[in-house]
Amino acid sequence: MKNIILAMVAAVLLIGCSSEETSHSKGVYMLLDTSGTYTEELVKAQHIINYTLAKLNPGDSFAVARIDTASFSEKDIVAKVTFEDRPSVANRQKRQFREEVDRFVKEVKPSGYTDITGGLLQAVEYLNEAGTGRKTILIFSDLKEELKKGYVRDIPLQMGGYEVVALNVTKLRSDNIDPREYMDRLQMWEERIEAGEGHWRVINDMERLESVIID
Amino acid sequence: MSFSEIYLLWSESAALSAVIWSVVLTVLTYLAREPMHRMIEAVSSLAKNAFQQASESLLGAEKRLSERNTEVLIAAGREASEHLIEREFVRINRIVETDLAEYPTLHRKISDVIVRIDEDYKQSSDVPPEAPGWGKAISAVAQISTSKSDPMVGQILESIHGSLEKNHEKTLDEYRKSSRERHMLLKKMLPSWRGMNSDLKQVDQNVNALMERSRVVDRQMEEYEKIINETDSAKKTLSSSSLTQFFIAGFVLAIAIGGAMINFNLIARPMQEMVGGSSVMMGYKTANIAALVIILVEVAMGLFLMESLRITRLFPVIASMKDDMRMHMAWITFTILLSLASVEAGLAYMREVLAQDDAALRASLLSGTVAAMGVSDRWITTAAQMGMGFILPFALVFVAIPLESFIHSSRTVLGILAAGTLRALAFAFAVLANTSHYIGRMLTSVYDLFIFIPLWIETRVRGSNHSEKKKSRGFNPLQTDSMKEVS
Repeated sequence: MKNIILAMVAAVLLIGCSSEETSHSKGVYMLLDTSGTYTEELVKAQHIINYTLAKLNPGDSFAVARIDTASFSEKDIVAKVTFEDRPSVANRQKRQFREEVDRFVKEVKPSGYTDITGGLLQAVEYLNEAGTGRKTILIFSDLKEELKKGYVRDIPLQMGGYEVVALNVTKLRSDNIDPREYMDRLQMWEERIEAGEGHWRVINDMERLESVIID
Repeated sequence: MSFSEIYLLWSESAALSAVIWSVVLTVLTYLAREPMHRMIEAVSSLAKNAFQQASESLLGAEKRLSERNTEVLIAAGREASEHLIEREFVRINRIVETDLAEYPTLHRKISDVIVRIDEDYKQSSDVPPEAPGWGKAISAVAQISTSKSDPMVGQILESIHGSLEKNHEKTLDEYRKSSRERHMLLKKMLPSWRGMNSDLKQVDQNVNALMERSRVVDRQMEEYEKIINETDSAKKTLSSSSLTQFFIAGFVLAIAIGGAMINFNLIARPMQEMVGGSSVMMGYKTANIAALVIILVEVAMGLFLMESLRITRLFPVIASMKDDMRMHMAWITFTILLSLASVEAGLAYMREVLAQDDAALRASLLSGTVAAMGVSDRWITTAAQMGMGFILPFALVFVAIPLESFIHSSRTVLGILAAGTLRALAFAFAVLANTSHYIGRMLTSVYDLFIFIPLWIETRVRGSNHSEKKKSRGFNPLQTDSMKEVS
């Protein structure tokens, strides 16, 4: 009888302790294109970051990184945070995060090249480390990748369980001359992401962003 | 061998084959008639008996359940009636202890008052003034024959007259004085009379209250006797009372659940500050589980408090505790409840603070402005939430009363429902038994319909055989084999 009671107490304690803190949390990694004239679009990116901050909950992880010449680097992460369990602390973290992003947007300088693949690899690494239940990568870019000579980015992506959302994919002047360029660019990224078992979406209307963050 | 080959076994012609096959099948069916009939009858009888037995078993079970329900109902009614009678006796005891225990004192008080009144009465009796002793002397003086002109006599008479007047006034004064004293005594008696009247009224009220209680006890005893004798009226009353209690208690419990849900929403959000907002336990947020546990603990404490105060009787262990132990338990549960209510009030305050912080953050993030709610308005919602957080735990304490009624009455209601279900099932099985019996008979007739030609031939052949036999034996119109066959 004593053993049964002990076993029951142990079972209750085990159930009580087996809280799955990470399996239900969300992880969002946002890549900001800082190449050329796209830096002018960063004000829009600020709104998206603020919106995302407002929608994330305690326990979620969020990081914002820039896309520059060599994006596969921790140095390119502008701000990162895993929100504390306590809502009041999480709110404080959100305010700090916002300030960091605002500072970055004010001081950002355009980069010469656009290493989107490097940024994606860095995002995958960060979110895998964070161990969040749901992983979303937001790419705020025109998706035109320009690599510096010598940089190897022809690497198959491992994006199983990732949702990659391209935001505000602006049309370049050349796209207007030949829209096939724009479509081919989107097609290429979709194929790369889905080849890596990821899920690809494009959202140019920011009103639909809610479905990405809340779902 | 395919079906067409078998079909055309007898002839190349499909029509001829059909005729031959029908003849063959008819003959075979006719030959198999007796065993087929027996089989159909056996199957239908089997089904009928099985369904009948099931129906009877269910009816038996329903009867036993109904008897058990009645026993439970009577037992519950008896217990409730005993409880009521006990309460009435406790009230009578209280009246006797508090009011009638003072009766000897009251009696002595009334006796004292009566003695005092009696003494006062005696003292206040009117004493007639003494008859004047000098009357004869006056008449003797009056008979003195003298002339009015005699100054000596006149002086003497004047002197006597003056003495008389003086004496008269003195006597009158004394009489008035004594009359005033008597009146004063009578005046003093008035409060004593009033006091005695009031005491007697009190006695009258006490006796009347006692009489009223005794009449209530009489009524309760009549009800109790009816329950003990298990009369139909008592059963109907108890059953109806149980159903009413069930629905009323269910309604009140639904209201209480609504209150508990509001309470839950009040503390679930601020609970995240205590146990974390992201941790999950068994698929649910730990903060929500913690909030639910707090509410359930409050309900449990409420149950214990009600039990300790002997308002409900769900736990015999608590009811059988010593009085001092029970009161200790009541105080402990009340203290825990008070603590939890205070915690809830604190959490409600925290909820308001968090809500303000969230609103400000969202406003600054989404629109770039800082939300500013008037400080003068904010205290109203904060105070309302804190008040609700403090009051709702105490309101939940009273859930114990409808819960007890619900549990007690649900036994009766569930018993009635179960008995009704069993009765319906028994009826369905009885219908199935009859149906299977008539299906068997119908199948026998349908079978005979397919072989009506050989049957007709058989009847004709038998008929001719019988007529030949009758001819040989002699005709008996009252009893014939063919009639037997037909019957």
